[in-house]
Amino acid sequence: MKTLFLLCGDVGCRGYESRQVYDKFLELKADWFDIKFTGCQGLCANGPILQVKPGDIFYQKVKSSDVFEILEKTQKNELVERLLYTDSETKKRYIRTDQVPFYKKQTKIILRTNGLINPKSIDDYIAMGGYAGLKKALTLQPENIVDEILKSGLRGRGGGGFPAGRKWEDVFNAFETPKYIICNGDEGDPGAFMDRSLMEGTPHVVLEGMTIAAFAVGSNEGFIYVRDEYPIAVRNLQKGIHDARKKGLLGENIFGSGFQFDIKIKRGAGAFVCGESSALMRSIEGKIGEPHEKHIHASEQGLWGKPTLLNNVETYANVPYIILNGAKNYKKMGTVDSPGTKVFSLVGKVRNAGLIEVEMGTTLREIIFEIGGGIVKNRPFKAVQTGGPSGGCIPSEYLDLPVDFDSLKAVGSIMGSGGMIVMDDCDCMVEVARYFTKFLMEESCGKCAPCREGLVQVYRILEGITQGRGSLEDLRKLKELGEYIASSSLCGLGRSAPNPLLSTLRYFEDEYIDHIKNKYCVAGVCKVLTKFEINIVKCTKCGLCFKACPVDAIKILDDGCYKIIEENCIRCGECRSACTFNAIRW
Amino acid sequence: MLDRNNDNSSEEVIQALQDIQSLQGYISRENLKEISRNLGIAYSYTYAIATFYKTFSLKERGKYLIKVCDGTACHLKSSENIVDEINSYLGIRNGETTSDQMFTLEQVNCLGACAMAPVVSINEKIYGNLTRKKIRNIIDMLRGKK
Ligand SMILES: Cc1cc2nc3c(=O)[nH]c(=O)nc-3n(C[C@H](O)[C@H](O)[C@H](O)COP(=O)(O)O)c2cc1C
Ligand code: SF4
Ligand code: FES
Repeated sequence: MKTLFLLCGDVGCRGYESRQVYDKFLELKADWFDIKFTGCQGLCANGPILQVKPGDIFYQKVKSSDVFEILEKTQKNELVERLLYTDSETKKRYIRTDQVPFYKKQTKIILRTNGLINPKSIDDYIAMGGYAGLKKALTLQPENIVDEILKSGLRGRGGGGFPAGRKWEDVFNAFETPKYIICNGDEGDPGAFMDRSLMEGTPHVVLEGMTIAAFAVGSNEGFIYVRDEYPIAVRNLQKGIHDARKKGLLGENIFGSGFQFDIKIKRGAGAFVCGESSALMRSIEGKIGEPHEKHIHASEQGLWGKPTLLNNVETYANVPYIILNGAKNYKKMGTVDSPGTKVFSLVGKVRNAGLIEVEMGTTLREIIFEIGGGIVKNRPFKAVQTGGPSGGCIPSEYLDLPVDFDSLKAVGSIMGSGGMIVMDDCDCMVEVARYFTKFLMEESCGKCAPCREGLVQVYRILEGITQGRGSLEDLRKLKELGEYIASSSLCGLGRSAPNPLLSTLRYFEDEYIDHIKNKYCVAGVCKVLTKFEINIVKCTKCGLCFKACPVDAIKILDDGCYKIIEENCIRCGECRSACTFNAIRW
Repeated sequence: MLDRNNDNSSEEVIQALQDIQSLQGYISRENLKEISRNLGIAYSYTYAIATFYKTFSLKERGKYLIKVCDGTACHLKSSENIVDEINSYLGIRNGETTSDQMFTLEQVNCLGACAMAPVVSINEKIYGNLTRKKIRNIIDMLRGKK
């Protein structure tokens, strides 16, 4: 058997020059091995990631200069020790992928083949059991498929967690034709990349899921709406569609069953609100992407006024697994009300930043501290933000919360599409609220006044507080405005827009008060309210801060100590980020 | 009710704008008129679409398009510093182009490489874990290449 090298070719690892590593492998090409450039393998923080099969050996931070040695040692059945994953505390080294703590607690259904196949090869996907779900589905009655999805309890992964089976049933029952299938790949959450990784890494699982859905509800035409910033996803999906057509898995007479279905790609054009289902359909029609009131559901009158099934990328990716393994087995994973798994992009101040998939009901602590390896530089955990701009910040008292749709909602956040951003004591909660409010203010389509005007008001007040101009009266106004916007906006953007504000007010009101009363930003973020200095007890005189300061505001004193000259300091915090000993205080 | 067949000229408009933009980097007034004429739709409609969707630039861009990510992960890792540095080093703000037509600065939401925040992309190439000094060096390097 040939040795197989699987090298991550996803954006994260490419940023660490994995392309050069790949080219080096090609340059040293030999008969005894194969090299594949795969989709995301997960542990982006330590990229480029390389796995070797057989043996499932896991290498990280691989450089092109390592390739020669890797090849040489692999042939001799030896390891390149220094490239193995090493625990930062215990210094223990791990050899196999499934032993690495980052992977150990994960359950991969959706991402099962992501990172193990060449995304552009339909044969790779089929060799790993791909399209078996579709093959099976075509032997079933459509109503039985709908029933199976209903029974599986699958909930939409695009944010709301609406039962997928109920939508499928409605479209199945709709009279009018033609019916359309839409896959929402707009991924608007700024700071999340689950759907991108999936569309790029395993495009066929999305196509397969959509085709099963089409057969079940009786549709012959589907669209994937892909975020404009994702050109590689577009390319890989396009190649996937082309190859599936050639193999008779898409187009006319799929698997010789007489069933016909085809998929077109529509590229988004950079508007967050177009992720909302009614705005998205307008955008596909070539119109301004404004949400519409939903007196009538898309399942009856959606795209071009016809019955339409709209689900998220990850929702469709669940479908082949459910059909193949049955609803009963699917429900064994996750919690009673949120079965299955969820993909998260785990980023922010967490050590093992990357793409993960866990069973629903896994606790935040397990995700952040076991899979994520804890907080960078061992700083204290402050909060985790889930749900993107429509979500909220969850404080440390809820670290043992099992993550599912309903539990997150109960603490004032939402599951959202799977962005999970970890924050430490250097992150200011007022600033986080300001940031999301600004984002939403700019993305509001402007159709209704509470959202359009209210967010501007909220933004002005929050900006004032971060610049030391706040008053205690502001807090009351913020709560009032928040509740007003949430209750009187038309679409989900406006209705959930106050979540970042209200959740930070709920859990971190002290921080707001500190800004207002003491003119002090406890996180050292708000420039006007912060002063940096060096803690000489912790300082090891390594000089990293000195090198990092962009404006030469750090001086060396005669005794070799460093000092920040306050008048020159622009409070950018680069010294604090650079210091590995936490010796900059504020 | 909307009928797709009477309406498919507008379906094409976003695609047409995207094609032009990827070809020449921006969309000129002439392009807008031409698209409207070809698809048989009003100029005002094409204009409205081109201004509603943020992807479209109606201004010519420089040789290097610097997209600074201000997604959540990058924002928390001080993407503001990177924008600030470009502001002062190149004298351009969000959406502006240097007078020598070399650099355009655009702030965007998430480039999908959040694990290496803060991130910028320059003509689609990703640079991660940036600091003020690093972005200055990258700009110098690109300048040197001309
Ligand atoms: C402002 C706004 C933005 C949204 N953005 C997305 C998105 O980027 N991706 C997505 O799948 N759903 C998004 N949604 C949710 C969609 O409207 C829709 O509920 C979802 O795509 C349905 O699929 P699901 O049931 O499989 O989750 C957004 C909703 C709102 C209100
Ligand atoms: S709530 Fe905001 S985004 Fe939604 S329709 Fe109203 S103005 Fe537009
Ligand atoms: S937040 Fe910057 S790349 Fe995602």
